[in-house]
Amino acid sequence: MTDKKTIIVFSGDMDKVMASLIIANGAAAMGNEVTMFFTFWGLNTLRRAKKIKVKKDFMERLFGWMMPRGAEKLGLSKMNFGGMGALMMKGIMKKKNVSSLPELIDSAQMMGVRMIACTMSMDVMGIKEEELIEGIEFAGVASYLGEADEANVNLFI
Amino acid sequence: MAEILLNCKGLQCPGPIMQVFKTAKEAESGDTILVKVTDRGFAKDIQAWCKKTGNELLELNVGETEISAKILKK
Repeated sequence: MTDKKTIIVFSGDMDKVMASLIIANGAAAMGNEVTMFFTFWGLNTLRRAKKIKVKKDFMERLFGWMMPRGAEKLGLSKMNFGGMGALMMKGIMKKKNVSSLPELIDSAQMMGVRMIACTMSMDVMGIKEEELIEGIEFAGVASYLGEADEANVNLFI
Repeated sequence: MAEILLNCKGLQCPGPIMQVFKTAKEAESGDTILVKVTDRGFAKDIQAWCKKTGNELLELNVGETEISAKILKK
């Protein structure tokens, strides 16, 4: 039986999400089955960069407007300086040939990493299915626990 | 039994190990993969990868700027 790894991506910080995706890609390359659960701020990673027209109430609209739209827009957990830090970090990463977040997401999906969006957080934050990238599953805590029971590594990032 | 050359120079973690995985997946049993990498962490990583995936590490050369490894696909 192949080993399983589960990762909860709670953070919406670029550096933390990056760590989670490097682990996910690496684990897939080690022959593991990997499931990533995106919840709360982590959900912003999965948002499409393009604005999608969906029905939202006032608060949902406000949330949607305040939060980063997609992996490209995430800020650093330290030294972000209103986005300047993240921009600089992306420049350095490119220069040093480190994969960008969107590249790591694509690669993880191609390696068969399952990505699950937490429907409760989606509801709280007013994020609709149409606003998230392709290939995402939608589920709740029981699905995560079911997977985590079978996994030998579980991370909360 | 083919020898597959894999150039991963310039790729950062986890690039090289993922390329090795993909190459090994498509290779036949008995094929060897010769991979060249510049990421320093690869020397340890390839040993862990081989142990984990059950493939054999035939050679590992750690040079000043480059690491090369020869892997036998089981």
